Amino acid sequence: MKKQLFLGDEAVAQAAIDAGLSGVYSYPGTPSTEITEFIQTSPLAKERNIFSRWCANEKTALETALGMSYAGKRTLSCMKHVGLNVAADAFMNIAMSGINGGMIIVSADDPSMHSSQNEQDNRVYGNFAMIPIFEPSNQQEAYDMIYDGYELSEKLGYPILFRITTRMAHSRAGVVRREVKAQKSISLEENAHLKYILLPVNARRQYKKLLEMQDVFLAESEASPYNKYFDAPDKKLGIVACGIAFNYLQENYPDGFKNPVLKISQYPLPKKQLLKMTEECDEILVLEDGFPVVEEQLKGYLGKGLKIRGRLDGTLNRDGELNPDKVRKALGLDVITHYEIPTVVENRPPALCAGCGHRDVYEALNEVVKEYPTSKVFSDIGCYTLGALPPFRAIESCIDMGASITMAKGASEAGIYPAIAVIGDSTFTHSGMTGLLDCVNSNANVVIIISDNETTAMTGGQDSAATGRIHNICKGIGVAPEHLRAFVPLKKNFEEMKQIIREEIEYKGVSVIVPCRECIQTLKRKAKKK
Amino acid sequence: MKTDIILAGVGGQGILSVAAVIGEAALEDGLYMKQAEVHGMSQRGGDVQSHLRISDKPIASDLIPLGCVDIIISLEPMEALRYLQYLKKDGWVVTNSTPFENIPNYPDFDKLMEAYNALPNKIIIDVDKIAKDLGSARSSNIVLLGAASPYINIAFEKLENGIRDIFSRKGEAVVEANLAALRAGRG
Repeated sequence: MKKQLFLGDEAVAQAAIDAGLSGVYSYPGTPSTEITEFIQTSPLAKERNIFSRWCANEKTALETALGMSYAGKRTLSCMKHVGLNVAADAFMNIAMSGINGGMIIVSADDPSMHSSQNEQDNRVYGNFAMIPIFEPSNQQEAYDMIYDGYELSEKLGYPILFRITTRMAHSRAGVVRREVKAQKSISLEENAHLKYILLPVNARRQYKKLLEMQDVFLAESEASPYNKYFDAPDKKLGIVACGIAFNYLQENYPDGFKNPVLKISQYPLPKKQLLKMTEECDEILVLEDGFPVVEEQLKGYLGKGLKIRGRLDGTLNRDGELNPDKVRKALGLDVITHYEIPTVVENRPPALCAGCGHRDVYEALNEVVKEYPTSKVFSDIGCYTLGALPPFRAIESCIDMGASITMAKGASEAGIYPAIAVIGDSTFTHSGMTGLLDCVNSNANVVIIISDNETTAMTGGQDSAATGRIHNICKGIGVAPEHLRAFVPLKKNFEEMKQIIREEIEYKGVSVIVPCRECIQTLKRKAKKK
Repeated sequence: MKTDIILAGVGGQGILSVAAVIGEAALEDGLYMKQAEVHGMSQRGGDVQSHLRISDKPIASDLIPLGCVDIIISLEPMEALRYLQYLKKDGWVVTNSTPFENIPNYPDFDKLMEAYNALPNKIIIDVDKIAKDLGSARSSNIVLLGAASPYINIAFEKLENGIRDIFSRKGEAVVEANLAALRAGRG
């Protein structure tokens, strides 16, 4: 079959479709977004009636995926690394219940924080939940591992955590596809309730089973074709290279490895191969993108015994993604550059688009809060986070999805006045609604601005869960109709906008203001299509 | 035969389309190809870059090591300079001469040109003007690709076919406009 160019994300999506997927349940988040987008626009996925609408958040996504698996069908759930925090409750417990139809959970981690608030390495979550983890080293492997992963998931009866990083997700390479498999029809398990009802009596049994399965998972890893041992003459050093780090290592050994290398793409860690390396080699260098997950496991308690090098002892940087040069330095080789960056080059940070409605909201808000020197503005995750940068410098916080509303509540209860939250429409439905309910129940003195651009803009304009329904949702949660205000964020409405914000700051209770104007990018794309 | 390329510009200028055309051409040529690109937050008016590697042998890393790039292709004159540490000693820089000034401290154009003076191999070309003169202002990125084409180690016809593949969804007029842009850039 002819090779096709696929982003890592697209290889994952295509493999899932080809393996007989029936539904994908996700919330957009860089660098995972393109997986679900690919399935949404795939003619084959459409022909096969694969369900692929965005979910309100990662937790609802993962739980829905479990429902599909319960019915015996193959399912996929994709999220960025911090999304798994939102879905963590479901994630940990799906490891307890196990699954029926094959289930793969993709965590797209973002070392170097290209587009994220933290660097967390979700192999830690995989270990925490004690389920198998896959970590491909290139796009072809991403395809093959997803394709085979469904078989393994069903054979074991457990979900697989599929960990990629930004570099893998957003890099393109030629991929050869395999034959398209039939989708599964509904098939229910006998006594399914005993495993899916995690009452203590069942949960204890399920937990024992999960513990017993650890040996099976280990045997699978040790026999996995994706974990490979490469022998080489110089045994002073053995190198463990996980996932994409294997590529950076290869880049530095174009004519073959000089030291023994163990490539790891499936976990739990293959003990047999690691023992061979520790017996043969004096020292071990661990190359892994993200946290020192493997390094810590190999070091053992108090770091006694074998000499292990990596991110913990400073051989590699503790933060940031790996690249060929960092690996080169760790191998003791020189990095050569011929030219320096001229001092004339300035930073060019991202910015709100020209003509974006969030700009008008911040301009009006900035002018009003000047009248209240003790004011604080808490914000959230999305394009409007760029209100932190010049010329706006309008916000105090950006912690996690939904935290603007709850932080404003807490700050107001500490005595901050006015306490203002700025949150986007998609973030509001993802994790802001419950915080608003808390505000209503405590009659918190807060002004919540839901800056509605009718899309999930930061990740490229996916559907937002509450387009056209924000007012009804706020009313339903209990916001007083007279303090549920709206305006169109445009220059010509500037005085009206300021007046509404002022009035609601003066009101001592829960106010919600919904500035609404469509994202300039989605608007442009619609105009182009016409 | 291996060509390592950095494509540079500002979010929204169209470097990913350039990458897509080269990628299709490489694939048609039976070459191996890897291309790492930037999505998400950085795309909003910030600096963007793509590492593109083409070879007749399998390629290991998705990222290019420092000091190894054969050619920097940039849609913006300051952005090309940001990646000079990657350039080979005898590598080429092919850049648009029109600045994209969306930051308050954008440097003097003369100072940028001073930095270019220190480089042995460079082509500085006003692709915006060439594209405008052709009547397709949005194809400056493809004009630039045309200007860079002699250094890419892919036959020109293959690049033309790449354009046909990438733009065919958008209709014959768009294909023709981009083919004209490619040829105009080659000069």
